[in-house]
Amino acid sequence: MSKFRAGFATLVGLLSSFSVFADVGIDEKINLAVKPFADAVAGFVFSSFTVGGVGIPFVLVWLIVAATIFTFYFKFINIRAFKHGFELVRGDYHDPEAAGEVTHFQALATALSGTVGLGNIAGVAIAVSLGGPGATFWMILAGFLGMSSKFTECTLGVKYRDEMPDGTVSGGPMYYLTKGLAEKGAGFAKLGKVLAVMFAIFCVGGAFGGGNMFQANQSFAQLVNVTGGETSWLADKGWLFGLIVASLVGLVIMGGIKGIARVTSKIVPFMAVIYVFAGLVIILMHFSEVPSAFAAIWNGAFTAEGVSGGVIGVLFQGFKRAAFSNEAGVGSAAIAHSAVQTSRPVTEGFVALYEPFVDTIVVCTITALVIIITGTWDPSVDPSAGVQLTSDAFGSTISWFPWVLTVAVVLFAFSTMISWSYYGLKAWTFLFGNNKVTDATFKLLFMFFVVVGSSMQLGSVIDFSDAMIFAMAFPNLLGCYFLLPVVKKELNEYWADYKAGRLVKAKAT
Amino acid sequence: MSSVLMVGVDCSACSNRAIEYAERHAKRANAHLYVTHVIEWSQFTFSTVEENAERHKHRDEEIQRAHTEVIDPIVSRLKDAGIEVTGLVRHGHVAETLNALAGEHEVTNIIIGRQGTSMLKAHVFGSVGSRLVQVADCAVTVVP
Repeated sequence: MSKFRAGFATLVGLLSSFSVFADVGIDEKINLAVKPFADAVAGFVFSSFTVGGVGIPFVLVWLIVAATIFTFYFKFINIRAFKHGFELVRGDYHDPEAAGEVTHFQALATALSGTVGLGNIAGVAIAVSLGGPGATFWMILAGFLGMSSKFTECTLGVKYRDEMPDGTVSGGPMYYLTKGLAEKGAGFAKLGKVLAVMFAIFCVGGAFGGGNMFQANQSFAQLVNVTGGETSWLADKGWLFGLIVASLVGLVIMGGIKGIARVTSKIVPFMAVIYVFAGLVIILMHFSEVPSAFAAIWNGAFTAEGVSGGVIGVLFQGFKRAAFSNEAGVGSAAIAHSAVQTSRPVTEGFVALYEPFVDTIVVCTITALVIIITGTWDPSVDPSAGVQLTSDAFGSTISWFPWVLTVAVVLFAFSTMISWSYYGLKAWTFLFGNNKVTDATFKLLFMFFVVVGSSMQLGSVIDFSDAMIFAMAFPNLLGCYFLLPVVKKELNEYWADYKAGRLVKAKAT
Repeated sequence: MSSVLMVGVDCSACSNRAIEYAERHAKRANAHLYVTHVIEWSQFTFSTVEENAERHKHRDEEIQRAHTEVIDPIVSRLKDAGIEVTGLVRHGHVAETLNALAGEHEVTNIIIGRQGTSMLKAHVFGSVGSRLVQVADCAVTVVP
C-alpha cells in the first residue's frame, strides 16, 4: 500500500516534470482527480493478511481460489479438454462454409501475442530472484490452474459478445457481466452493471499500467542494458525512447497505419519461437545440470531457504508473476478471444486452455530454467533488474543473444501495447461512449503513458501495473462465479455431442 | 448424367480464355457451369486483436466485392449466352478450395486458365494449376 503510494507519488512527480504539461497544470488536475481513486484501488487490491510473517494480498488468493474452484467445478477441464483443444486449434472441426472468418488458431495466436511478452521474460526473473528457484514450481501450478479460469472467461466472452451495427465483433467481461448477469434477474442486472463499470475502469488502468508503462519501461531497460548499461548514451534518455515508441504506437492507433501492427503481429510469433528455441539450446548445453535445476525447483518450493517469508514468500512470488504473465482470471483474454467464428462458445474456452499452458507452463518455465541453470539468479540481486537478469542468463551462454533478446523484448512490448490499447479503448468507450472525442482522448493518454513508463523506475511501474491488472480480477471473477452454471450447461451439451461423435469434422485437405 | 463444370476465375478480365473454353463446353454438353472465385486465405495466419474484431465485417465486404467485381459480370454474360450458371465465392487456398467446392457440387471437370508464371515464382510459391492437378478429385482442364 505505502509502496504503491510512493509509486504514485513518483508518477505524479514525473508528470509535473514534463514542462509541456506542467504549464497547463494538468499534473495537478490528474493528481487531484486520480489520487483518491488510485489510493482506494491500491488499498483494496493490495490489502493483505499475514500468513507466516508474509503479507499475502487478498487479490492473489482471490485469483488462485477461483482458478482452483473452476478446475474442480469443471472436473479438471484443463486436462480433460487438452487434446480436444488442440484438435480445434489444428482446424479439425473447421467449417469450410466459415472460411475467411477468425479461426480458433487465429484467436489463440492473437491472444497469445498479447500475453507472451515481458511477463515471461522480466516477470520470471523477478520471481526467481525474489522467491528462489522454488517460485517456478508455484508458477507452473498457477499456470495449470489458470487454464480453468481462461476456459471460463473465454467461453463467456464468446457467448455474450456483441455484434456491432457496423459488423465488428466486440466481447469481453463488460459484455458478459452486463448481459450474462441480466439473465439472472433484475437484482443481478444491477450488480452486473456495477461490475462491468468497475471492470472497465480497472481495464483502462491496466492498459496504462501493465499493458503500457511496464512494457515501455522494461524494453527501455533492456535497450540501455545492451548498449552499455549505466554508461550508455541512452541511460538517461528514457523520455526519448518513450517519445519514439509513443509515436510508433500513435501511428498505429491514431494514424491508422495498420501495417505496423500487422507486421508486428507476424514477427512476434517468430520472435517467441526464437526465444523458446534459444532457451532450449541453453538448457541442452547445460544438460547435466537440468536434474539439479529441477531438484532446486522442487525443494525450493517447499523449503525456501534464505527467501524472505519462507515457503509462503516463494509461493507468493510464483503465483504473482504467473498471474501477471498469463492474465488468467483478469478478463483481458476474454476480449481477445471473443472475435472467433464458432456457434459453440465453449470451443473457444477449450482453445483458451492453451494460453496459460504456452505462456506459463512452457515459456515461463524455460526462462526460469535458463536463469537457474546458468546460475544467474542471486537472491541478493536487485529485484528491479527484471529483464536484465534474463538477458544476463542468456548472454552467459550465447554472448550475442542479449541483442536478439532486445529486439524480441521491444517487439513483444510493442505488440502487447497494441493489444492493450485495444482492450483499454473498448473499456474506455464502454464508460464514456464511442465518439471521436473520447476515442482520441484515450489514445493520446495511452501515448502519454508510454513516455511516462519509459522514464520511470521499475519498482513504481510494477506496483502501479500490478495494482491495476489485478484489480480487474475482482469484478471479472465475481461475475464468473455467478455465470458458472451457464458455462457448465454449454460444456455439458457440447461434451455430450463430442463424445457421441455428433460434431462435424472438417475433411482433411 | 449431364456433366457439371466449374471454372475458376481470378478477375473478370484475366481469365477470359478459360471462361470462353468453359462456355463452349458447357453449351455443347448442356452442362451446369459454376463460376468460382477463391479469395486467398489461410486459417493459420497471425493477426491483431483489431483485425480479428473486424474480420467478420471485412469477410462480408470481400465476398461482396468478389461478387460485384469478378463473378457477377461473368455470370450475367454467360446467362445471356444461354448457359445455366451459378457464381461461387469462398475463402481459402485456391487449389484446395476449388477442389472442395467441386466435390460439394458434384463437378466433373474443373477448368482453370494458366497464368504466365515465371519458373522462379512457380518454384518458390507453386502454381495454382500444378497444385490443383495434384489435389483434384475430378478431371482438371488447364487452358493455356
